[in-house]
Amino acid sequence: MASFIGGIHPVYNKITRKNKIEVTPLPKKVILPLQQHIGAPCESLVKEGDLVKVGQKIAESKGFVSAPIHASVSGKVLGIAKSPHPVLGECNSIIIESTGKIEWDESVKKRDNIENLTKDELKQIIKEAGIVGLGGAAFPTHVKLSPPQEKKIDTVILNGAECEPYLTCDHRLMLEQPEKIIKGFEIIIKILEPKQCYIGIEDNKENAIALFEEKLQDLNLQDKIKVVRLKTVYPQGAEKNLIYSIIKRKVPNAGGLPMDVGVVVQNVGTAKAIYDAIYDGKPLIERIVTVTGAVKEPKNLLVRLGTPVKDLIEFCQGYEGSTGKIISGGPMMGIAQYTDEIPIIKGSSGVLVQREEVIKEQERDCIRCGRCIDVCPMQLMPTMISQYAQKDDFDNANEYFALDCYECGCCSYVCPSKIPLVHYIKYAKAELMKRKKK
Amino acid sequence: MEKLTISTNPHIKDKDNVNKIMWFVVLALLPAAIAGIYFFKTKALLTIIVSVISAVLTELLIQKLTKKEITIKDGSAVLTGLLLALVLSPLVPWWTTMLGAIFAIAIGKMAFGGLGHNIFNPALAGRAFLVASWPALMTTWLLVDGTTGATPLGLLKLEGIKTAYNPLLIGSIGGCIGETSAIALLIGAAFLFYKKIITWEIPATYIGTVFIFALIFRQDPIFHILAGGLLIGAFFMATDYVTSPLTRNGKLIFGFGCGFLTIILRLFSGYPEGVMFSILLMNAATPLIDRYTKLKPFGYRKPAKEVKE
Repeated sequence: MASFIGGIHPVYNKITRKNKIEVTPLPKKVILPLQQHIGAPCESLVKEGDLVKVGQKIAESKGFVSAPIHASVSGKVLGIAKSPHPVLGECNSIIIESTGKIEWDESVKKRDNIENLTKDELKQIIKEAGIVGLGGAAFPTHVKLSPPQEKKIDTVILNGAECEPYLTCDHRLMLEQPEKIIKGFEIIIKILEPKQCYIGIEDNKENAIALFEEKLQDLNLQDKIKVVRLKTVYPQGAEKNLIYSIIKRKVPNAGGLPMDVGVVVQNVGTAKAIYDAIYDGKPLIERIVTVTGAVKEPKNLLVRLGTPVKDLIEFCQGYEGSTGKIISGGPMMGIAQYTDEIPIIKGSSGVLVQREEVIKEQERDCIRCGRCIDVCPMQLMPTMISQYAQKDDFDNANEYFALDCYECGCCSYVCPSKIPLVHYIKYAKAELMKRKKK
Repeated sequence: MEKLTISTNPHIKDKDNVNKIMWFVVLALLPAAIAGIYFFKTKALLTIIVSVISAVLTELLIQKLTKKEITIKDGSAVLTGLLLALVLSPLVPWWTTMLGAIFAIAIGKMAFGGLGHNIFNPALAGRAFLVASWPALMTTWLLVDGTTGATPLGLLKLEGIKTAYNPLLIGSIGGCIGETSAIALLIGAAFLFYKKIITWEIPATYIGTVFIFALIFRQDPIFHILAGGLLIGAFFMATDYVTSPLTRNGKLIFGFGCGFLTIILRLFSGYPEGVMFSILLMNAATPLIDRYTKLKPFGYRKPAKEVKE
């Protein structure tokens, strides 16, 4: 079965896999950070007191690698203020008070004659809709769809691996809206004109694999788009690993991109967002979020961007027991938060609540078991990087390719000495990046 | 809202830890220890008890004196003590055993900075110390009938007599307490493989190399695998995490080196046995092997040459 070298088999705990996506009630207030993507931050187009409608563009950037932001509710702009941000800690955000009604902006209109749209028109719509990679990295989608001339794209992969434990948002979306995902994928295919197209799904989502095979048959697309059954192993859904699993190409290290090997990967949620933008004229104002772990009723939710996590927890009937950690994302790569006031942003795939940890295991010296090396999907030597990082020996950390680490967390997960390897590697990476900029 | 914990990802961890690994290895050695006690009776039992207690107490004392965290519960000192006892002749006096265990922990392990920092396998360091200090005591062997005599490798080297396979498999031969019964050792090794505590690289290349070179030198390869300390060495000593290389290629080189040195020492040195010194020599070579077997990352490409300005 299709897979890569390394990886781990954590307990998956996909407790919400059978929960239908529920629509979250309209929030009273949304917090929309001016930066929700990789690239240049946006500048606000509105000011305090302005009235906005759902889908109205409220922030934009002049940079190419950027994505505009749209109002997710209709209401009054309360102001632009520094607010908690799940990735950056804090960020300037537009705060909108909802009127309690859904009033769509005039720009949001269904489109006909999709066939007649040119590639550039399609890309422009995607760009204007503020779509970014919804798998978590939040890289602006139109940039990925505009590879430079010299990079010939011959393969497009739709990522439905969802390898993070606990998270089920992609799984549910695949089960509930397969047609929209496929239509969105066809738009991507139209833009990039690849020779081969794949949808990769881990084999712990058997029903999604079967459904996609069936839908592709119905649409007579089975020769064009192949469903690939992937081995369930974390981090199967990481771009570089996924590409290797499916077509055995290796994305070059030291900053290489999938397009260097002729590949573009898009998440299934992104394909659905592309469908919404092209067919319904809807910009990215909502996404699916798995709220799970120590909450009374774990759920898969359709959430308006900017909704505070606190509201979602409330909708899930509150915390279960005493809360130790709130994680934005999954347990392997998610970010621990200092407050539940953080909003859901474009890249938020999940909210995982953990109880207070009963036992905190003591970190001890490395016993050189080599497990971190065996599981590293980048074939790095985490223990060596970590040891050099602890001594502030960044030259040697670099010799062991610290910068090639994408922080999947496998090394820390398996370490029997409970060394927070990712923590030390991140530290080395931050220092090395600083040096590079000098 | 109460205070939330902030930490770097990942937020879940595997249940395995150092203590579990060490105690599992101790468990894996029990069949060999029981076989030793069965064949060599109270002498073996006494050696095991003295060795384990001396090792644990030495670690406790040193950690108390240096005001370090007490780690005797992690099982690593117990393991060192047990391993040392299993590679001693049942005729070694208790005080010799005690000195060996003290040396193993104090010099072999703690002097380097404790678990994870030692260069040599502590149990083998302890044994080497005893071999160098009391060579006669260390090479007097007990036979199952209660008399003293030579080990199968000694018999082969000095008198040209080859022991049959059956006694070698069961362990009814002269030798160290834990090395004589091949079956007991293989049961323990199977457990370690099952628990994924050891991997095939070192034992397979070690034993495979001995097999091939035995053939080359026109020796009986099966005999060389079953006799002496090869099995306990290949499965329980050479696989020691701390003192063997980190990467797969490193482990393959290490296993080959151990096997090659073992057969050379057995056939061409003054000693009938070569397992201990071969592993210790390869322990010393481990930092060097690690340096030359550094991994290249997935998708490695040679860095572009920097443009001169």
